[in-house]
Amino acid sequence: MKSLLRYGVLIVGAVVFAYPFAWMIAGSFRPELEIGELGLWSRHYTLQSYDMVFSKIPIGRAFLNSLIVSCATTVSVVLFGSMAGYALARLRFIGSRALYVLILFTMMIPFQIVLIPQYILMVKLGWTDSYLGLIAPTMLSAFSIVLFRQFFLAIPQGLIDAARIDGATELTILFRLIWPLSRPVIVTVAILTFMTSWNEVLWPLLVVRDQSLMTMPQIVTLFTIGGGSEAHLGSLLSAATLLAFPVIVAYAFFQRYFIESMASTGIKG
Amino acid sequence: MILPYVIFFLAFVAYPLTFSIILVFHRWNIVTPMEWIGLKNFERLLDDPLFFISLKNTLVFLGIHIPLQIIVALGFALLLNAKIRGRGLFRALYFMPVVVSGVVVTILWQQMYSYDYGVLNSILHALGLGPVPWLVDALVAMPAIAVMATWKNVGIYIVLFLAGLQTVPRELYEAARVDGATPARQFFHITLPLLNPTVVVIIVLSTIGGFGLFIEPYVLTGGGPMQSTLSGMLYIYNQGFYFSHMGYAATLGIVYAVIILLVVLVQRKVVEREPE
Repeated sequence: MKSLLRYGVLIVGAVVFAYPFAWMIAGSFRPELEIGELGLWSRHYTLQSYDMVFSKIPIGRAFLNSLIVSCATTVSVVLFGSMAGYALARLRFIGSRALYVLILFTMMIPFQIVLIPQYILMVKLGWTDSYLGLIAPTMLSAFSIVLFRQFFLAIPQGLIDAARIDGATELTILFRLIWPLSRPVIVTVAILTFMTSWNEVLWPLLVVRDQSLMTMPQIVTLFTIGGGSEAHLGSLLSAATLLAFPVIVAYAFFQRYFIESMASTGIKG
Repeated sequence: MILPYVIFFLAFVAYPLTFSIILVFHRWNIVTPMEWIGLKNFERLLDDPLFFISLKNTLVFLGIHIPLQIIVALGFALLLNAKIRGRGLFRALYFMPVVVSGVVVTILWQQMYSYDYGVLNSILHALGLGPVPWLVDALVAMPAIAVMATWKNVGIYIVLFLAGLQTVPRELYEAARVDGATPARQFFHITLPLLNPTVVVIIVLSTIGGFGLFIEPYVLTGGGPMQSTLSGMLYIYNQGFYFSHMGYAATLGIVYAVIILLVVLVQRKVVEREPE
């Protein structure tokens, strides 16, 4: 009886958290008149709403833009983040301790402070309305460096010493020896970075005004508030579905990694 | 090896920080030359009802969002922390809104909160209750956004609580049962104190996140009705990018940052317990 109640609550919870997404996806394929209903099924599934979205906004282009920005950001954060993490964990240089403290300190700076001056910097550099403007300010993150450093500290020094005796440069050691041993932390950083970048909307709203450079969440946001959808609910739902789709698919395959990665952000206080 | 970070730090951390300190003493619309105005920006802030409204709104948001989040997350974590079939599946479903863009979540809730057609009012109607003007009533709109934000984020905190619950030693419960402690007493005297570090982390994270509240009111209400959902972040955005008041927006940014740090410090002081 007690366990029945437990399952009951858990199932209600599952419905509350997941059903809206099912409704959204189903609704994007249903004719406008049926969307108001709570069910998922229809005899008249149609691509009408999608046609409307594609004809109103360059969402294909936005998809490509988001992909370029998110991939570039992720590659950069993994590459440069692991380099910095390795240096802080394994190399002795003057000021390394101070630098680490500085990195921890930058993690505590609320982004409210840097938002305005960062935008002004983009204007001065002429990077507004460019991929560079979208990518550059997120090319590294203090949090990724801290994660990499932590992981690299646990790798036995003997391995590194052996490689050094063989004449390997530090970069060779990092990419040939350390990287293959560090899949978990690389996956964590990559997932977190990609997801954050894919979903970021405030920054693109600031630096991009040119529609052909807009990212997915940005263009969907403007479509929603700008009246481009003209109260056509189906087209809103299709735009939202297109935006959510890649993340939901990736999540379906790698949900364990997603959950573990996100949980690791909570471990630091 | 560290060079890329140093360049990044100078360009995107050190420079903006320094520049924002310069900005707060200036009036600047980004086009014409900067004009030194001393402390005028701060005087203006103290005289600006919208700043205080945005601060109040943000605090109202946090005041509802954080307790709700902790209660819901802890509840589900306790339910899941047992021998349960399909535990992984439940956890994965609860976590789904976390990974999806806030824009998508906002569009979905916009429909659910719809006065005439929304699910919530349909359910209320079926129960014989009147329709609630979720996003139109100035008293209801911010709480409605806080509920939505909880729905979006609670998955992370369920996972954090679950991780915390795993660290509670089983023997403690057995000993308590032998002493005849009721489940309620066990919860308040064993579980809750041992989860204290998790609670602190959750409060701090959701406070920092909550001060960044932007896209939800931006899409859902545009800060209305009657400025009741004008969040701090939205106000900074409006001042900076709508009115091009760069100096004043930077001032708001700094003041908000200081407020965030103070709030977090106070929270830690109040909530954090020394491990016994």
